Amino acid sequence: MTNSTPPRRSRPRTKKSRRAAFIGAAVLIFGLAVILALSALEDTVVYFYSPTDVAERGTPVGQSARIGGLVVEGSVSKDGSRTIFGVTDLQNSITVSYNGILPDLFREGQGIVAEGTFGASGIFEATRVLAKHDENYMPREVADALKESGRWQEGDL
Amino acid sequence: MIPEIGHFVLVLALAIAAVQTGLGLYGPALGDTRLMHMASRAAGVQLILLTIAFAALTYAFVTSDFSVINVYENSHSAKPMLYKVTGVWGNHEGSMLLWILILAIFGAAVAAFGTNLPDTLKARVLGVQGLIGAVFTLFVILASNPFIRLDPAPINGTDLNPLLQDPGLAFHPPFLYGGYVGLSVAFSFAVAALIEGRVDAAWARWVRPWALAAWASLTVGIALGSWWAYYELGWGGYWFWDPVENASLMPWFAATALLHSAIVVERRGALKSWTVLLAILAFSLSLLGTFLVRSGVLTSVHAFAVDPERGLFILGILIFFIGGALALYAWRAPALKLGGLFAPVSRESALVVNNLLLTAAAAAVLIGTLYPLVLEGVTGEKISVGPPYFNGTFVPLVIPLLLLVPFGPMLSWKRADALATVQRLYAAAAAAFVVGLIALYVFEGAPVLAAVGMAIATWLVGGALVDLAERARLGKIPLAQSLGRLRGLPRSAWGTAIAHAGVGVLVFGVIGVTAGAQERVELMAMGDQLEIGPYEVTFDGVTPITGPNYEADRGIFTLRKGSRVIGQLMPEKRFYPVARMPTTEAAIRTTILDDVYVVLGDPQRGAGGETKWIVRAYHNPLQPLVWVGCMIMVLGGLVSLSDRRLRVGAPTRRAAAASAAVESGAKA
Repeated sequence: MTNSTPPRRSRPRTKKSRRAAFIGAAVLIFGLAVILALSALEDTVVYFYSPTDVAERGTPVGQSARIGGLVVEGSVSKDGSRTIFGVTDLQNSITVSYNGILPDLFREGQGIVAEGTFGASGIFEATRVLAKHDENYMPREVADALKESGRWQEGDL
Repeated sequence: MIPEIGHFVLVLALAIAAVQTGLGLYGPALGDTRLMHMASRAAGVQLILLTIAFAALTYAFVTSDFSVINVYENSHSAKPMLYKVTGVWGNHEGSMLLWILILAIFGAAVAAFGTNLPDTLKARVLGVQGLIGAVFTLFVILASNPFIRLDPAPINGTDLNPLLQDPGLAFHPPFLYGGYVGLSVAFSFAVAALIEGRVDAAWARWVRPWALAAWASLTVGIALGSWWAYYELGWGGYWFWDPVENASLMPWFAATALLHSAIVVERRGALKSWTVLLAILAFSLSLLGTFLVRSGVLTSVHAFAVDPERGLFILGILIFFIGGALALYAWRAPALKLGGLFAPVSRESALVVNNLLLTAAAAAVLIGTLYPLVLEGVTGEKISVGPPYFNGTFVPLVIPLLLLVPFGPMLSWKRADALATVQRLYAAAAAAFVVGLIALYVFEGAPVLAAVGMAIATWLVGGALVDLAERARLGKIPLAQSLGRLRGLPRSAWGTAIAHAGVGVLVFGVIGVTAGAQERVELMAMGDQLEIGPYEVTFDGVTPITGPNYEADRGIFTLRKGSRVIGQLMPEKRFYPVARMPTTEAAIRTTILDDVYVVLGDPQRGAGGETKWIVRAYHNPLQPLVWVGCMIMVLGGLVSLSDRRLRVGAPTRRAAAASAAVESGAKA
């Protein structure tokens, strides 16, 4: 299978240079991919805020964000197809407004995560509301936020 | 009694797997043929034992034996029989049992079909398979044993999560695991080759069918999962760049790269150590996927039954296999001889670029998936990486890849004429240009990228057709002869063309949905209408219905196009009393060119006292092509798998070299 034209003596060097070319191409493409990935990360990363984070550091108006916590008991109200509810980490809370169909496991007292942006009024305009597929499961970010606020212990659902 | 038999044979299987490892790895070192042959026997016995274990668990589920904790937690006597059976792997313990059963099937298949493999290579492959089997069987016995009893036995079970009681998801895990575990064979071959210090054409010819079978299975698994998410979650989307989804996508890219690079090893003897590395990486990414899904370290919307402690166990397994294999690679890979030479413009080079782009795409997905974990570990900040990241990195890497696809099969080995190849593809390029222009006109207002995407999709399908036409010398010789040549083409050539056309169809679907999808959310009373895409949807009310193990509100909607009634849509809001869980069943009316998708939300009292319902409707143009494209790709894989060369088995080195010479002769 080595029916190649170069003379016998120079073959090892050519093979090595081919391997070098392969490694060079690999480094180039992977380098580009990593640069692409890192610059994209810089622009597109979405930060998670607990209600206490928002209370302490203010609302990052207009920026994409994720928030999470427990749906405040008795806070869910409807305005046409829009739903307005509070999300709390048992210390502070955020008002969330969402236009659409809530997930099946959305209910008062349940842990949820919402994606969207903060409006100027401080209301969080959610574009997506996530509850888990499994009703005994607490979103990890929500569990951490609750633990940080000191009002909830593991296994204490 | 039956579950105890299952438990017992599981422990026996562990012992046999350990024996298989010893025989497989020590036999060749001692040069003892009898020991090596015994490794094959062990693989057969392991399959029998694990089949019995799996049958025992299935029996417990089918007969609703609630004295087994696993059955109690995941089943219910009123559950339909189909879901009693699929419930066996609808939970962590059962799914891990399925994992090792599939591993045993692959191991036994190597033992049974590998009759013409060199004895030492076969024994070593089975030894590595045995080691993987032993470690995972140990994991099942220690950390996720499905046969543990509950005393006293409860009257009834707590039911399977209703979201999993669905045909799309019922068969998703077996296919996905078929892919993950199938890659273990490629991994075992790679490790065996490193131990032997030899990689040749026969080796590649052996690895390729396994990689291909695993790839096809993984493709089906991912497509089923995505289809399920599409109709079951009611979000109208089919891919969310969720960590659990990414976990299956990364090994898919690695497997795709592997089955392409194995061609180069087989035909030209080049890229040997790269192919070995890819085989290791592909299985490593499968293990990483298993770890990410099972441990719950990443926030995912698809998190079912996660357990951090088990995650730690899997992490240990992960480090053992990846670290061990990579260390072996670093030590032994320099011993692999360099293979044939090729020019910068040649099929080899095209496949190298294919491999680099595919692995770069996998790396981009890996970075996006793991970055939140790393950042939280380092700074404690909680972030998520969403679709914008993946669109920003993945798309620029995949576009050049897709542009290059039609060139690959048309370039000749060793040294190709770039200009001549471009000329032969002019028909595909012209078609792509025309479709791009039409798309620009149709998607008025949509980004130009949509038109570019449509052109690329046409280019892919056109390129595949041109490839077949060129091989048949269509138009250059009489039609009857051309057809004869088409029939005579090797199945692998057909497979390539079909799979590449499938990628094109998939791209059509993805671009159609991305550019043209419409969504509306409205509060509707009986008799209200809603316009979506070219359709009108009329709400005719809601009726309560009772299913086998659920109750539901069924919405009735009439679908009209213009004044013509074309169908009824009946989305449901179900409630499963045993699991105390509601689910949403979207109603989808599909034609090959678009989907109308309606979801029923919550009812609420309107101002006039009448009940209104939130209704969410989507119009997704070309959505069905996403699944059709995946199925065409799988079909291509299967056709290629049925190629005579692969069916007959691995020929000797001489025969491989001869066929490579014939191939390059035919091309020249």
